[in-house]
Amino acid sequence: MIPALALALGIVLGLILDPTVPLWLQPYLPIAVVAALDSVFGGVRARLDGIFDAKVFVVSFVSNVLVAALIVFLGDQLGVGAQLSTAVVVVLGIRIFGNAAAIRRHVFRA
Amino acid sequence: MPDQPLDPEPEVTAPRTSRRRASLLIGVLCLLLGFALAVQVRTTSADSGLGSARQEDLVRILDDLSAREDRLRQDIAGQEEIRDRLATGGNQADTALAEARLRQQQLAILAGTVVAQGPGIELTVSDPGDGVGPEVLLDAIQELRAAGAEAIQIGDVRIGVSTAVTGNPGSLVIDGTSLSAPYRIVVIGDPPTLETALNIPGGVVNTVSRAGGQTRIEQREQVTVSALRVLEPPEYAQPAPEND
Repeated sequence: MIPALALALGIVLGLILDPTVPLWLQPYLPIAVVAALDSVFGGVRARLDGIFDAKVFVVSFVSNVLVAALIVFLGDQLGVGAQLSTAVVVVLGIRIFGNAAAIRRHVFRA
Repeated sequence: MPDQPLDPEPEVTAPRTSRRRASLLIGVLCLLLGFALAVQVRTTSADSGLGSARQEDLVRILDDLSAREDRLRQDIAGQEEIRDRLATGGNQADTALAEARLRQQQLAILAGTVVAQGPGIELTVSDPGDGVGPEVLLDAIQELRAAGAEAIQIGDVRIGVSTAVTGNPGSLVIDGTSLSAPYRIVVIGDPPTLETALNIPGGVVNTVSRAGGQTRIEQREQVTVSALRVLEPPEYAQPAPEND
């Protein structure tokens, strides 16, 4: 309950404050958001499976975001930033789909 | 491959404070996620996508745009050239057409295929004694032409280059059409010049009166030569190639 409220509050805050994203953060923010989404879906799934652990969630959340950003940063340094960004998004997308499918099975029993 | 099931550590006996802290942390993370999500969506919809594009992408886009601009400029140059060509070509064609029309009208008046009007005289030759012969009428035609007549009509016959005056005094025939006195001749030209030409000693007026006829000349500001000739296409003569 609290995480959902916090998520909604964050969205509202972001819409209201409408801050400017610093230039150095611009390539990483979308990847970080996708990575965080992946963690959230994983957390929801674990919760439904009854094996949710707050510590694991927090660690996986932070590390997901950091690793995703690191990969993009590395790609930028190597000159393949666009391709690596795509790769990260594809991998995270697949994971989100998998988690969403598991959540769906729990919720709808189908 | 979800993260969580990899290390399942169900909390069984976690202290209350630790649980509170964990849920607070989770809340903060979720707040951050929502915030970042909203900001990112705002940023993406705000700029046209170029602001967040990578350098190599920007270079490629710039290249594309430059190539497109070059192509469009070439298109413009080509179209302008075509437009200029069409404009001058159109002008030339218009001028040529106008000249041809003018020439056609002049030739038509000369050949007698169109109705002509303008200043001129009306000459009436009465012949009570049947003494006016074809040579008198022919004289009159030649005299009028020499005086600058541009269109002549005798009775209902338009006088052209091939006009023949035949018959006997009293029953004249022009181009196969028989006429009877009085002969009404309509002429377009400079009225005073035409009248003077007819009145010269030994001229038409003299000849007619000697033949027992009478002439009446009226200068008019506007006369109409309405009789038409049918043009026979030349059977033998053909335009010679121009050598200049």
